Amino acid sequence: MAQAAPMKPRDTSPFAPIDPALRESDVISRPSVTYWQDAWSRLRKDRLAMFGICFLLVMGLAAIFGPMISPYDYETADFFAIDQRPNAAHWFGTDALGRDLFVRVLFGARISLTIGLVAAFVNMIIGVLYGGIAGFAGGRADNIMMRFVDILIALPSLLYIILLRMFMGSSISSIIIAMCISSWTGTARVTRSQVVSLRTQEYILAAQLSGATSWDVLVRHLLPNSIGPIIVSVTFLVPGAIFSEAFLSFLGIGVQRPMASWGVLANDAIPKLMSAPYQMLFPIAAISLTMFSLNFIGDGMRDALDPKLKR
Amino acid sequence: MLGYILKRVISGLVTIFLLITATFFLMRAIPGSPFTKGEQTVPQEIMDRLNAKYGMDAPLFTQYIRYLGSIVRGDFGESFKKVNSTVNGMIARGFPVSARVGAVAVVISLMVGLALGISSAIRHGGLIDGFAMVFATIGISVPTFVTSVLLLYLLAGGIFKVLPTYGLTSWRHYILPVTCLCFGPVAYIARLTRSSMLEVMRQDYIRTARAKGVKEKAVVLTHALRNAILPVVTYVGPLIAGLLTGSFIIERLYAIPGIGKYFVDSISGRDYNVILGITVFFGIFVVICNMLVDIFYGIIDPRVKINE
Repeated sequence: MAQAAPMKPRDTSPFAPIDPALRESDVISRPSVTYWQDAWSRLRKDRLAMFGICFLLVMGLAAIFGPMISPYDYETADFFAIDQRPNAAHWFGTDALGRDLFVRVLFGARISLTIGLVAAFVNMIIGVLYGGIAGFAGGRADNIMMRFVDILIALPSLLYIILLRMFMGSSISSIIIAMCISSWTGTARVTRSQVVSLRTQEYILAAQLSGATSWDVLVRHLLPNSIGPIIVSVTFLVPGAIFSEAFLSFLGIGVQRPMASWGVLANDAIPKLMSAPYQMLFPIAAISLTMFSLNFIGDGMRDALDPKLKR
Repeated sequence: MLGYILKRVISGLVTIFLLITATFFLMRAIPGSPFTKGEQTVPQEIMDRLNAKYGMDAPLFTQYIRYLGSIVRGDFGESFKKVNSTVNGMIARGFPVSARVGAVAVVISLMVGLALGISSAIRHGGLIDGFAMVFATIGISVPTFVTSVLLLYLLAGGIFKVLPTYGLTSWRHYILPVTCLCFGPVAYIARLTRSSMLEVMRQDYIRTARAKGVKEKAVVLTHALRNAILPVVTYVGPLIAGLLTGSFIIERLYAIPGIGKYFVDSISGRDYNVILGITVFFGIFVVICNMLVDIFYGIIDPRVKINE
């Protein structure tokens, strides 16, 4: 702009009015962007993550409303329609007891997604509090608490999930509880390292000086400021939990029949793998696509919320 | 160095002790006796004699001490369900089978994973890199049982019939189970190697090495890899553990008579002592693997000692 303007005669006075075009140059013209808006704009550019979110939304809606709309239900056997291939009446075919696989896969989605989300949520609460307290307390308490985490990580958790399942019976809540033995350790570690690095910041000192209790400092100042990496680690808990449930059900020690989860459906389809492969196809496609979506979302969240951690 | 090793060994022993304790009391806390089946009742006299035979008439703490003693002697107990069948016998029969398949899988996972990770890092953004990352995403997202079922259908019956489906009698029997076992680990190792390789290749000492005129091959394989491999080393412990527990599914699908099969059978048969024994055996094995890897890590990465 200034270059384009015609040359003015040189002003000899030391104080000259500023060129009006430059007057606004230090005003921030763009609206300020919050942390979340910034993260969202990064996430929105990640095509795979957006695909994942859309897929999960569709899957979630179908899981909620599909079984309500469908004329079939997940447990009623129909011996006149055994092992049917996919057709107009039964979109995904029927299983060995004549149950409609479309409804069973959607019903399985309800159970698998519920287990994934609830287990991740519970693990997040435990992990964030445990890691937060350890990091905030510091010193010997921190040391002991984190040694305990090391030991839990060293244990083969799947074996303990199996043992606890035998101990607590076979309800869905017992699967979720069993999964909470050791999955929270990752979140706890992440939270602790965040809290340790933030603990010495001045605003924490200011909060303490103005009389905030330790709990307030932890819950209102330290944890909200470490939320990014925590959310990233929690996003990866969901596929982990769904995976464990499918693994258990596939071995026949997860969700009990006639309830259906994707692992149960895949397990049921093993004997008929060669003669009726479609019975296997739909459940494993559902679980694979869901795992893809969740992992894409996790990767996208990591890039969006925690740009330092670029893979 | 000796102090570091000692520290790791002690923490390993503590973990094993806690593992045995937790497992023992968990198994004893399961409601009902292992000798009853559902609603069926057993006469008191027979119950007493069964309890006496298996040492279950003693106070709980005495049983616990006895159990610890027998584990120290290397005795993992006997089956409640099958007469004259011991956990040691099952381990002796099953473990070598699982270990053979698992060892092949560990070696192949490491070789393929490292090769894929290194080549995608040095040709960052290239064709191999793209392929490796797609493969890694698939390998991490798709559960083992999905890949094994698909491969089983594709190569052993449904479409092509080129590979045997069950048993472990020739090298061709190893192909499918080992492939399934390797799928996830290869993906994970490739991703790990790639990201740590990319990180290391940006370091100043790599530029120094190049400036000195070191050949590119030597820069990658000796200068960069030595540091880039460290995260992979920490994964080897869990990898061995994962291939053992992951093999439950593989052994079931491909009818391999390994230790995972005994474990799954004992779960469905509610044979508590066998579950207890195999869990403790697995646990000790996993903890020892992790411990050895930790010690090895301390040897190849001198920085660990400084932090201690």
